[in-house]
Amino acid sequence: MNATRILGWLAAAGLVAGLAAGFGYAPREAVQGNVQRIMYLHVPAVLTAYLAFGLVLVGSVGYLATRRPGWDRLAAAAAEIGVLFTGVTIASGSIWGKPTWGVWWTWDARLTSTAVLFCVYVGYLLLRAMAEDPEARARYAAVVGILGAVNIPIVHFSVKWWRALHQPSTILGPEPSPIAQPILTALAVNAVGFGLLFLYFLARRIEIARLEEDRDHRSALSFGSGAGRLEEEAR
Amino acid sequence: MSAYARRAWIVLWKDLLTERRSKDSLNALLFFSLLLLFLFEFALGPDRERIRAALPGLFWLGFILAGLLGLGRTFVVERENDCWEGLRLTPGDKSAVYLGKLAGNLVLMAAVEVVLLALSSLLYDVPVFAVAGPLAVALALGTLGVAAVGTLFGALTAQVRAREVLFPVLLLPAIVPLLLAAVSLTRAALAGEPLREAGAWLELLAAADVVYVVVGLLTFEFILDA
Amino acid sequence: MISARLLRRSFGRACVLEDVSLEVGAGSCLALLGPNGAGKTTLLRILATLLRPSSGQLTVAGVDALREPALARVAIGVVAHGSYLYEELSALENLRFWTVMHGGDASPARLRAALVQVELDGSASERVRTFSAGMKRRLALARVVLGSARVLLLDEPFTGLDQQGRKWLNDFLIAFKAGGGAVVVATHSFATGLDAADRLAILAGGRIAVDRPCANLSWEEIRRLYASLTDGDGSLA
Repeated sequence: MNATRILGWLAAAGLVAGLAAGFGYAPREAVQGNVQRIMYLHVPAVLTAYLAFGLVLVGSVGYLATRRPGWDRLAAAAAEIGVLFTGVTIASGSIWGKPTWGVWWTWDARLTSTAVLFCVYVGYLLLRAMAEDPEARARYAAVVGILGAVNIPIVHFSVKWWRALHQPSTILGPEPSPIAQPILTALAVNAVGFGLLFLYFLARRIEIARLEEDRDHRSALSFGSGAGRLEEEAR
Repeated sequence: MSAYARRAWIVLWKDLLTERRSKDSLNALLFFSLLLLFLFEFALGPDRERIRAALPGLFWLGFILAGLLGLGRTFVVERENDCWEGLRLTPGDKSAVYLGKLAGNLVLMAAVEVVLLALSSLLYDVPVFAVAGPLAVALALGTLGVAAVGTLFGALTAQVRAREVLFPVLLLPAIVPLLLAAVSLTRAALAGEPLREAGAWLELLAAADVVYVVVGLLTFEFILDA
Repeated sequence: MISARLLRRSFGRACVLEDVSLEVGAGSCLALLGPNGAGKTTLLRILATLLRPSSGQLTVAGVDALREPALARVAIGVVAHGSYLYEELSALENLRFWTVMHGGDASPARLRAALVQVELDGSASERVRTFSAGMKRRLALARVVLGSARVLLLDEPFTGLDQQGRKWLNDFLIAFKAGGGAVVVATHSFATGLDAADRLAILAGGRIAVDRPCANLSWEEIRRLYASLTDGDGSLA
């Protein structure tokens, strides 16, 4: 409990530092202006999302190998938070796109890949919601989690080549090139802040899942021994 | 034949026999393909050239729609009389069942594709036979991938609530790469280009197919087993 | 042949089986009685490796069934509520499918011999869709005959059978026992054909309340024993 709280404060500090770095320390970008600063949200968010989905893979494989519920809890929590950060990535990318390209959405490689990723893991969460038997749910989710993770590079490449076919000369991301040092530093600070925030969310979410299971288990045990007592009285 | 191969084969045999007797899926799917052509015409016509230009994409949209109907059902038939449980009780490597079901799904999808292609070639004057070789490669590779993921997810959703909605929701994002690659390859094939020029897409499709089938073989037992 | 120790199984909030231990030796038959909802089906499914217990140990035919369920299944035959039959296929075709799936020799001669043994050879080529409940049950047993099962688990096998069918099933179980197999029959109705049973276990409230030989017990004694643990109409006291 204490460790998680410290993690939470660290994350808060990291985010504040990130804000300061993004708005104070990093310079105003020459070509795009202040709207470029949204990159300090967008890039760390997508990095954290990939981290999250990597953990979904770890949890899925771990569960199938050991059948210990802790791995399943990790996968489920990571997927939820990953979907959240993916949503942030897409939203921030869209918000950046409006003033820059004049449209809320374009099918550029990164946005499209991220959107497909979003759909894959929303599907994962939907499966978890629909499967009622907890054991089957964990197994099925693990299979979907593994395929989803393995698919990430395939999706990435296929979308990239698809875009190259149709629009070979677009500047694809909010980052200018070459990247100046202060911008990199600000990015790094924000990435760390987001990483800490992710870990904090993950720790809390897993805790909640464990508490829920404990509560179910405890009431199951008392139910069972209660019935046993009734039976002995009958004899 | 090894025991493993015999089991995969008997699953395929059983499904084909059942399908031939009940004619549940195949007739409906074939008719569905015909209806799809109407749909394309009503939605995009009557400009014939516009449809011809969009044909590679339309084909794959059609195959995938038919796949959503057909692939999702392959394991639902096992729910009758608890046959699913009977399958779970069989000894040995369960991936043999996956292979048998995959083969059955490939046959089903191939039938739909042949019908759709034949009808389109008549309606839109598409020179299907001239480019039969490269076209067959594009179709085969794309279909293998879709069927590999569809068979796996079909098994997974067979026992889950809201299966009819959940199956497409799971399948569609997963086959995005297949769709992109297969449409490009199909377009190249129909345009008469040698497949070698679309080399990157061919490699991607083949690699993706291998990945999906391997994941299917490795993880299928976890769907069937406790 | 079956050795279960301290099996426990919960479904979410409900603890369905608590510290259930059983021993069934080769050549013997255990009758598992209990009211509906007592956990008989759950226990049977765990013994069949269809379900994992929350805790406990299980050995079937010398194999640790929890660690190597696929290996244990070679020796397990199950006759449960679902007939595991494909309605569109004939009796012969169903047998062929399941025999190959269990890794056995599916030559037509062998399949026919099994059908003769269960008195279904006259309907060998008819679709299972046309079969009665009794015929389906017999076909399920033909499947067992063709397999390499040495442990037979039956869940309410007598329901839907007429007098003749019940007698037939009893004889089958006795013959199976005589061949060295072990049998567990779960039922909530003790009036039907427990002739084959050597031991009796009563499952009530997720626990084994009684586990004793029953060869020399009369129906009345069994009935009284049962009623003392339940309300006599099948519900928990």
